[in-house]
Amino acid sequence: MVKQGVLPDALTKPFWDAANDGRLVIQNCKACNRLQHPPAPACSQCGSGDNLEWKEMSGRGKIYNYGVVHDCPVRLLQDDQPFNVAVIMLDEDPGIQMYSHLPGTPVDDVPVGASVEVMFEATANGQKVPEWRIVA
Amino acid sequence: MTTQNAPASMYRTTEGLGLWEHRGKVAAVGIGHSPTARRWDGKPETTMGANSILALRKAIADAGVSPDQIDGLVIDPVTTTGAYWPEGKPIPMDVVNAYNTTGDPLDGIAKLSAEWLLKNMPELENVKFTMYGTGCMSHAIVVAAQAVGDGLAHTCLVLKSWHNLEGRYYQGGANAEDAIDGTSAISRLWGTPASYGTALQFAEYCRKYGKSHDMMAPFMANSRRNGLMFPEGYWAQHRPEQLTPEDYLAARWIAKPASLFDNDIPIMVSAAYLFTTAERAKDMKQKPVYILNHASSRGRPRGITPTLDEVEAETGKTGRMLYEGAGITANDLSFENMYDGFTLFHQFHIEGLGYRGMKFGDALDFYQTDISIEGPNPVLPSGGNIGSGRSRFWMHTDCIQQLQGRAGARQVTGVKPETAVSGGPMPLGGNFTVWSASPD
Ligand SMILES: [Zn+2]
Repeated sequence: MVKQGVLPDALTKPFWDAANDGRLVIQNCKACNRLQHPPAPACSQCGSGDNLEWKEMSGRGKIYNYGVVHDCPVRLLQDDQPFNVAVIMLDEDPGIQMYSHLPGTPVDDVPVGASVEVMFEATANGQKVPEWRIVA
Repeated sequence: MTTQNAPASMYRTTEGLGLWEHRGKVAAVGIGHSPTARRWDGKPETTMGANSILALRKAIADAGVSPDQIDGLVIDPVTTTGAYWPEGKPIPMDVVNAYNTTGDPLDGIAKLSAEWLLKNMPELENVKFTMYGTGCMSHAIVVAAQAVGDGLAHTCLVLKSWHNLEGRYYQGGANAEDAIDGTSAISRLWGTPASYGTALQFAEYCRKYGKSHDMMAPFMANSRRNGLMFPEGYWAQHRPEQLTPEDYLAARWIAKPASLFDNDIPIMVSAAYLFTTAERAKDMKQKPVYILNHASSRGRPRGITPTLDEVEAETGKTGRMLYEGAGITANDLSFENMYDGFTLFHQFHIEGLGYRGMKFGDALDFYQTDISIEGPNPVLPSGGNIGSGRSRFWMHTDCIQQLQGRAGARQVTGVKPETAVSGGPMPLGGNFTVWSASPD
């Protein structure tokens, strides 16, 4: 399954650049010592944008929840229906969530709670995106 | 006149505010609806703008006021959530020029300004207050109620309109592109349909409380049944088909566990209400329905999508805010009319209200009991979006009609219609109103 390409913007460029290097980074407010994702121009807790940094994650997480997409609005993915879309919670902080197609996991046979690790997958324009696979 | 979005100060978003300062002093009187259609047929007389004018004129006539008595207009300028005018598609100028125009040719077709309405309704010669409550009728109602209470307008029209165009909903724009911007991509690359987030919350709910999707079937049948008794609605007007539990259980998945029928059908329709002070409402043609309180949820999830814990914390708070400001308890509700588009979050709304003593996790069992308009515990007597199509306003029209005693075949008979609550859309991010047949 090949996702739509990504055109990194100023806010998210560090996230996407890191993905191309095989690293998962998440925005962190140094003042609050708090991660946040999706990235934002300011910390959602203290409201300041002055203390934001990008912090590298271990790339380990758990499957928190999932649904199965049968009727996808994105043209490029419609040939791949149905497919899993899971929510991954990072081991560093379960409040940080990322979506995943769970490559290699059968459709609608998703072990909620299972451990996963990050991998990086090329999208339609070559930009890599974090994805997740179940750890045996 | 430049119309602004309502300032944050007009919304009641926290607990501890006490009784609403205008409790019982603002009333809904008139109601007007346009006909429904699945999509715009391209004619000038059936544009969303034409529907808007029609609904407004009907609301004015229904209240029995003359147009020159109207001094306020609150609308939602956004008239779709997913039917965008395709980039590069020519705009039919004969349609545009059939009306008095603003600077934007799509105004009145695929978006709506207060300026466009006032230019095309010359009878509204005394409107001095206009404001936008962007998102839903639920939003506009709250703004209009506060505006009338605050004295910004005395006799105020509230309008919500929807357009729908040819082609499949949500499939244009960024979803058709080969690449998208990096900020959107963080959450959109996975191709999730609109109901996916709600489906996730419902899946978690079922795991936590031991419930299942098929337990929604009685709710669905009840909603469509009520909708077919809503002559203003899409299904009643165009496709008078009952939805059986068998139909529901056989429906294809959209984002499992959300199926086709868990998603509401996009339509074109407009509705308008006339709000005024309780004092002035006494002399109007219809029985006033008083607003006891309004409250708004502005909760945001920490992550990319709300968790069940976040949903339950927010709906519980919304319930407490509504009761506090109205000076009532859950026991006072004659019925509930919370939002249902998507169906799989209706239980969050009513559990948060504690309707009929419900606790979190109880609603699907409650759906297996008598939830009809004839019974003691009506659920969604309007039938909601499931019963009448995507408008996000059937529940408001129904609350007003039920408390006025003019809901027709839908009129609740198992309870005395005295106090009701309606609102939405989302458990995190909605606006809610408490209605009463009496100002006290
Ligand atoms: Zn901070």
